Amino acid sequence: MHIHRYERWWMTFGIAMLVVFLLMIGFAAFADNINPPSGLQQVDPQKLSQTPPFDKPGLRKLPNGTYEAYYVAEVFNFIPATLSVPVGSKVTFYVTSADVVHGFFIPRTDINMMAIPGWVNTQSHTFTRSGDYLLICHEYCGIGHQNMFARIAVH
Amino acid sequence: MVSDLQLRRENRVVIAHIYTATAAIALGAIFGVFQGFARADTIVAPSWFDYYRILTMHGVLMALVFTTFFITGLSLFVTYRSIPRERRLAVGWFGWGLMLVGTALAAVTIISGNATVLYTFYAPMKASPWFYIGATLLVLGTWVVAFEIFENINYFRKNNPGAPIPLVVFCAGATFVMWIVATLGVVAEMCLLIPWAFGWTHGINVLLTRMFFWYFGHPLVYFWIMGAYIIWYNIIPTRYGGNVFSDGLTRLAFIMLILLSTPVGIHHEFMEPGISTTWKMLHTLTTYGVAIPSFITAFAIFASFELAAIARGRRGFIATVRGLPWNDPTFSSAALGMILFILGGFGGLVNASYSMDTVIHNTVWIVGHFHVTVGGPVALTFLGAAYWMIPRLTGRALWKPHVALFQTRMWFFGMLIMSFSMHYAGLLGAPRRTAEVGYLGATTANVWQPYMLLAAAGGFFLFVSILTFVAVALGTLFQNAKTESMDVAFATPAQPATETPLMLQRLYRWGVVALALAILAYAGPLGELLRNPGYLAPGMRTW
Ligand code: HEM
Ligand SMILES: [Cu+2]
Ligand SMILES: [Cu+2]
Repeated sequence: MHIHRYERWWMTFGIAMLVVFLLMIGFAAFADNINPPSGLQQVDPQKLSQTPPFDKPGLRKLPNGTYEAYYVAEVFNFIPATLSVPVGSKVTFYVTSADVVHGFFIPRTDINMMAIPGWVNTQSHTFTRSGDYLLICHEYCGIGHQNMFARIAVH
Repeated sequence: MVSDLQLRRENRVVIAHIYTATAAIALGAIFGVFQGFARADTIVAPSWFDYYRILTMHGVLMALVFTTFFITGLSLFVTYRSIPRERRLAVGWFGWGLMLVGTALAAVTIISGNATVLYTFYAPMKASPWFYIGATLLVLGTWVVAFEIFENINYFRKNNPGAPIPLVVFCAGATFVMWIVATLGVVAEMCLLIPWAFGWTHGINVLLTRMFFWYFGHPLVYFWIMGAYIIWYNIIPTRYGGNVFSDGLTRLAFIMLILLSTPVGIHHEFMEPGISTTWKMLHTLTTYGVAIPSFITAFAIFASFELAAIARGRRGFIATVRGLPWNDPTFSSAALGMILFILGGFGGLVNASYSMDTVIHNTVWIVGHFHVTVGGPVALTFLGAAYWMIPRLTGRALWKPHVALFQTRMWFFGMLIMSFSMHYAGLLGAPRRTAEVGYLGATTANVWQPYMLLAAAGGFFLFVSILTFVAVALGTLFQNAKTESMDVAFATPAQPATETPLMLQRLYRWGVVALALAILAYAGPLGELLRNPGYLAPGMRTW
């Protein structure tokens, strides 16, 4: 089968571009540790009120100065509904769902993940800019889905 | 040659498929335009207006019903016309009937409010079991159509030993080989969902259903694209007197699509817990691979344009572009669709890029992306192909071709406006699948509201365009005079098919290889999940 010279060039160029992109993603992942959230920890959604730390969702300060924020997503709320962190802090978010699948998304930050019943998902972000942030459920979860959001104040 | 009567009987099966698809897109468009305005906060919704019920209908009608009926109709059409024989049409009708019954069952459960779970029906939201049964019947109906196509391919091979299957039939056959491999995932998911929805089992593994769904969900996208590629390779060149650029490379592209469409689905689950980054990275790699057949296609299309121009003594880019039949509704639909597809391809690279997906996952960027891929190139190509098929099925001239041309251009501009605004609003953070995105006037949300309005305006153009299509499609049916020939010629390759290596003429064995690849790609994440299955959800109704 004859393959035209230009086609060979084009395919070489195309595949080379794919390799370059993959190398960039690989570099970001392995050198800079930029990975999507992939929490592998499990939890029983029916016993959240007895399972620390989800029995008392909210913010904790760690000895090294960073923060952990524990969230429970349930139809149609986030607990806690408000949170306040100092500007410049690094916050690691942990979220699980008490019922159906929810989203956990803070526009203008690195936080974008799924909350699935039975699993704890996690992601970190350093809040370098002060302001009022919105935390949105961005997966359809039922009739009140558009009302499911919380606020995070960074000051 | 087949008798006139036989031809008419075959045509009726195809007409049934194509007009069911037309009904689906017409209804879907009505829902779509409502969604656009509701999201932009421009209509005060009456109390009975249930945004999510409408969105479920829109997703199901557009993504599952319109596309599927069109592809089954198109594939039967090219098969029947390329392999003339006396045939019984019971199987063709049975497939259509099964698909229709399934669709009707699902539609009734949605409209009655018992399946407001969107077209992805994520557990543990629990719909009426009849919704899942309806969707399953729709899929099983497509298997019947696949059987009909394979039976004709076997017939051809038996009666023409050693001859390659006609290219267009090969493309249709490949589409359905891929489809069978892909739909195994959703059928497996249904085997979990149906007994659970009836209450026979008490819990469901949420992550497992999602993995099965996306095992099917990504190749579903490639099913649509292969449908459009059948048209781009085999029908569009006949509009400008061109050829298929290369028989062998066309077959190669379709074989690669069989192989690579399925082992990629985890790229829809990048942001989920319970799946290690290793598997997410693996599926990033394979997702990039599935771009290769699209590179082949892009080259083949432009090369075919250029060769046709050279044959007419025209040289150079401008002369080539100018020489194309832009006033032909079929050609211009496909060509404008191709332009949209280039935009869609760029966006797709972002979505597929593992960590970069964090920026846009589940924002309206995604909605912009799939409207500029399936809603743009695929749907527009299908409508253009309908303009070509309907006269050849009915013998009636197309009703008002210049209106058809208007429809095509309207779609292109409407889609550009809607999808640009959605992409941009998504970057600003506007979520998808949400009835109102104002968040009580939060400043973050104020930034994206103007773009939601712009998207609604684009959606309105699209809506008008679809109504125009329906008018032309129905108007043609009611033309009295039968003036058109029902003869069909598909594009022939510039290089004869006899040069194509035997390996590229195989079909079913590539299906087996594809299944093996899919199993390999899923063995890791599936094994990880089954070793540690965790919580089983009882399910609930949250709407
Ligand atoms: C009149 C033309 C159309 C308009 C105005 C329109 C509008 C919309 C809007 C605004 C949404 C997003 C709703 C949300 O996320 O809250 C949407 C979703 C969607 N549209 Fe369209 N659309 C049109 C045509 C199409 C076509 C032709 C297709 C495919 C063939 C399509 C497939 C989809 C799908 C699959 C969804 C996702 C549903 C979901 O998230 O569950 N649409 N459409
Ligand atoms: Cu929600
Ligand atoms: Cu995909």
